[in-house]
Amino acid sequence: MVAVTSLGETPLAGPAARGPQGMQRSRLRRLNAFRYVVFTLFGLFIALPLLALARFSLEGSKLGTWSVAAWTQIVSYPGLASAVELTLELAVITSLAMLALLLPTMIWIKLRVQWMSRIFEFLCLLPLTIPAIALVVGLGPVYNRIQHYSLSALQLFWVYVILALPYAYRALSSGLDALDAVTLAEAARSLGANWFTVMFRVIAPNMRQAILNSVLLTGALVLGEYTIAYLLLFNTLQPTLYSISRNTPNAGVVFSTSLASLLFAFALLIIVSYAGRRRRRG
Amino acid sequence: MTVAATTTEAGARPSRAGRRLRAPAWLGTLPFLGYVGVFLLWPTGILVVDAFKNPSGSWNFGGVSTLFGPVVRGYFIGSFKLCLISAVAGAVFGALVAYAVASGKPDGAVRRFALAGSGVLAQFGGVTLAFAFQALIGPVGLLFHPSWYYSFPWGIALIYIYFQVPLMVLVFLPAIDGLKLQWREASESLGSSTWQYWRYVGGPLLAPAFFGAALLLFANALSAFATIEAWENQIAYTVPQEISTSLSSEVGLSNVNAADLLAFGMIVMVAVVMTGYALLQRRAARWLR
Repeated sequence: MVAVTSLGETPLAGPAARGPQGMQRSRLRRLNAFRYVVFTLFGLFIALPLLALARFSLEGSKLGTWSVAAWTQIVSYPGLASAVELTLELAVITSLAMLALLLPTMIWIKLRVQWMSRIFEFLCLLPLTIPAIALVVGLGPVYNRIQHYSLSALQLFWVYVILALPYAYRALSSGLDALDAVTLAEAARSLGANWFTVMFRVIAPNMRQAILNSVLLTGALVLGEYTIAYLLLFNTLQPTLYSISRNTPNAGVVFSTSLASLLFAFALLIIVSYAGRRRRRG
Repeated sequence: MTVAATTTEAGARPSRAGRRLRAPAWLGTLPFLGYVGVFLLWPTGILVVDAFKNPSGSWNFGGVSTLFGPVVRGYFIGSFKLCLISAVAGAVFGALVAYAVASGKPDGAVRRFALAGSGVLAQFGGVTLAFAFQALIGPVGLLFHPSWYYSFPWGIALIYIYFQVPLMVLVFLPAIDGLKLQWREASESLGSSTWQYWRYVGGPLLAPAFFGAALLLFANALSAFATIEAWENQIAYTVPQEISTSLSSEVGLSNVNAADLLAFGMIVMVAVVMTGYALLQRRAARWLR
């Protein structure tokens, strides 16, 4: 009992700061206990596999020894560096293409063609219900036509934009719904702005955080994508890691690269979440 | 027609309508519609049409019967079991985490880290995740070596839950944020206990969002392929693995058709689950109004 009370004291300022004067103290204590239990369990469940990944990436040549060889190998392992480069390029291209496609359409629908918003939402969420592996079966013929023009693996971005649609849509729409876009647009229009100015100089800057979020979620998706690249025979990061792990048992480089890509995306998301706040207040 | 289009628009004043003949506003969405048409609807169309064709190109509706053969049915049952277990467990646990996150400071570090972590981990299923679990509890893992790690639904379901929970947090958090503090206070001032609040106020309010999110997790698990392939690539348990086998094996062209059929079967499966959800939600909506 004592332990629960003392634990409960610290974050008391959290929910209480929002001003629930009516909140009962006993309930608050129970809530805090609940939060600690959930976060501990969740934290362990999330952290343990990652720690194991980290330990294996630092495994020396003999079992139980430590070594950073696997981390230095990331740049030198045959085929890996090019796969990382390709995947990062794909992440950038996919994010830009997603923004170019989704953002203007979304603002336009919000301002001018609201009757389409349900159809638009349905189309954006549709990729969630069509499994990527099913999509790839039908994509074969489509990609055969594209490849008449160019054979670069960067062409993968066409379909990655589709995969990213649901996540990007959610991120962007939460940003757009949070501001009074219609009033902003009316104000700008009455001052003589054209639609291009309304979109890119009035509305979009107000959605900076949402835009960054959508870009990063798209990037994280591209870094982790395996199914389509593997089945269309492109050597992006995940298929390369997979084939290394199949050909060389216990290759430490697989673990270190996996962990590095995870940490990279996580760090970017954290930075963006803080960067967005500072701009909003400044 | 132009007038009809312009009067429905929200941003412009009605006086401008019909001043000059303008292109209807929905034309602005054409690039998006075109893109989705080419890269989402067209492939799906190809796949559905090919599922009903012979390799030679003539129509053949008999192929559908192979979907009900014992072997193929086994893949579908395997997929269904795995998706159901991981979706239910992920949804319940994820909802608890989402509530724990939502009850903290809206601008606090816990929330930031939980959201950023969820954003990354929900996407990082894939090969990476299978490696992480292999390193933890696989046969040569660090912590312990449960005998069920390589037995079908349970070992892989645990791995799936790892990315299902973060996805649930991402999807379900907005719904919890929508619960107003005043509702809780109101029910407390009427003398309700915590249990009564969740049973009669919070639970029913969140139920449609919860089941919607659980359904999304189901679809997510259904399309996950990389993880299970990295976990076990010798035996096919699920439909995606079998599609991959028929796509990449070099037996002959007839297999392309098999892949089409299996993929079509998957889409039908998602459609059935979706319809069930729509019916459920309509029923739930009756109580919410």
